[in-house]
Amino acid sequence: MSKRIDVKDLNVYYGNFLAVEDVSINIEAKSVTAFIGPSGCGKSTFLRTLNRMHEVLPGARVEGEVLLDGDNLYGPGVDPVTVRSQIGMVFQRPNPFPTMSIRDNVLAGVKLNNQKMSKGEADALVERSLQGANLWNEVKDRLEKPGSGLSGGQQQRLCIARAIAVEPQVILMDEPCSALDPISTLAVEDLINELKDQYTVVIVTHNMQQAARVSDRTAFFNIAGTGKPGKLIEFAETSTIFNNPSQKATEDYVSGRFG
Amino acid sequence: MTTTSLTSSRGAGRAGDKVFSGAALAAGCLILAVLFGVALFLLIQALPAFTAPASDIQGGKGFFAYIWPIVIGTLIAAVIALVIATPVAIGVALFISHYAPRQLASGLGYVIDLLAAIPSVIYGAWGAAFLASQISPAYDWLADNMGWLPIFQGPASATGKTILTAGIVLSVMVLPIITSLAREIFLQTPKLHEEAALALGATRWEMIKMAVLPFARPGIISAVMLGLGRALGETMAVALVLSSGALTASLIQSGNQTIAAEIALNFPEASGLKVNTLIAAGLILFVITLAVNMVARWIISRHKEFSGAN
Repeated sequence: MSKRIDVKDLNVYYGNFLAVEDVSINIEAKSVTAFIGPSGCGKSTFLRTLNRMHEVLPGARVEGEVLLDGDNLYGPGVDPVTVRSQIGMVFQRPNPFPTMSIRDNVLAGVKLNNQKMSKGEADALVERSLQGANLWNEVKDRLEKPGSGLSGGQQQRLCIARAIAVEPQVILMDEPCSALDPISTLAVEDLINELKDQYTVVIVTHNMQQAARVSDRTAFFNIAGTGKPGKLIEFAETSTIFNNPSQKATEDYVSGRFG
Repeated sequence: MTTTSLTSSRGAGRAGDKVFSGAALAAGCLILAVLFGVALFLLIQALPAFTAPASDIQGGKGFFAYIWPIVIGTLIAAVIALVIATPVAIGVALFISHYAPRQLASGLGYVIDLLAAIPSVIYGAWGAAFLASQISPAYDWLADNMGWLPIFQGPASATGKTILTAGIVLSVMVLPIITSLAREIFLQTPKLHEEAALALGATRWEMIKMAVLPFARPGIISAVMLGLGRALGETMAVALVLSSGALTASLIQSGNQTIAAEIALNFPEASGLKVNTLIAAGLILFVITLAVNMVARWIISRHKEFSGAN
């Protein structure tokens, strides 16, 4: 239930502006890959190309290939809607649908596929997904209450439950803990560790300790200056990036000399 | 540093505060006073119509017998207008906010707003002189083919000056109100929620159903109610278009009348109790509008928990 992603020579544009230049990277299945780097280096932009969410913005486009187990996401005839149902995403700010109950939030993605589901099946899926997001015990008595009534950390785990309910191949997380307090962050990090048993997880983070704690491999992105495109500087085992990086820029960044 | 700094205050800033809060309070009170004054005027002037003997009221059967057909007529015209205008307005607003390329969207939005700037007498003239005659063949067809429905019972009006034509004209008039409000609300949908839906694999329409419409629901209701307010109170267009008469179920025969048009057509020549009767009709219209607004607020507040405001 998890696939690998191979990116070949990807250039990402906003209109004519080249935002991320020439990225090639291989993301292993059933592992956690972290993207780190200073603000504006294009790591979030790059992440959003992996499920074709980048092109939602007007004028945004990419050149190159993103292969999901060998199938090019940007190939002719590929429907971005199908891509996104296979590659789930968790955003920086928790975004449960405010007009839906907790239960309906979890089922939101599944209902899109027009599957007729019996109430029993739906209940089982809700419980399984919320268990998977470590949220079940906290919300099981108030599934019909609005999702927006939960705390920030709970909302983010609800979003993770919503993402895993559709059983995606890959889960992308765009700074999932940056709006959360330390306790909620810990809960989400624990969850990420459990998710990698079943899913390929890619996480963008500003927090280097977080990358060190949760990821198996780490990619360091950097930017030469304002207006210049972001680039992938180094990609290796997390322990290598943090202890023995091969690039000077990586070493400067992880040791806190800039950024 | 002295302890007096806590108690002394900058005189000028305080005075400005007081002037501003006083002005705001006065403005608020003025609105209430105007509303109360209008209500009071309507009540006092209408009272003779309620207490007069039944035979003195127009029609000779009392105020209630006089008013209820035109209340029904008013509601029929307004409902026709909303049934036509609401889906079109929401569709146009969605097209402008979520489908059209940006340049087309702003142009189209501008044109829709222009519709609101056309005076209602022009709409009335257009409805009476053009739409009514153009649409009467359609009424004949409805009478022939759907005549078994009471609302399309024949014979259709030869001039086309029916309550349905008036409703259609009203729908064009309320369209820009509903459209521009709905568009603003659709544009305010948080990007966060739209992206959440898209990232789950929603198509654009599914995203709209999931994130945009639920978020906009209270706003759409308010927009429709504003449109309803205009449709209920619209005078000139109905007065020009409708060839009025007794209450009939059929929408394609001449007949029916609305309160606003009834008042406008009769007021200039009215005197004595007739004036009181017309003002009483105005009072009824006022009450209907008030009730509609209260129901709308109640509908909106029923789902407050899920509104996204928390």
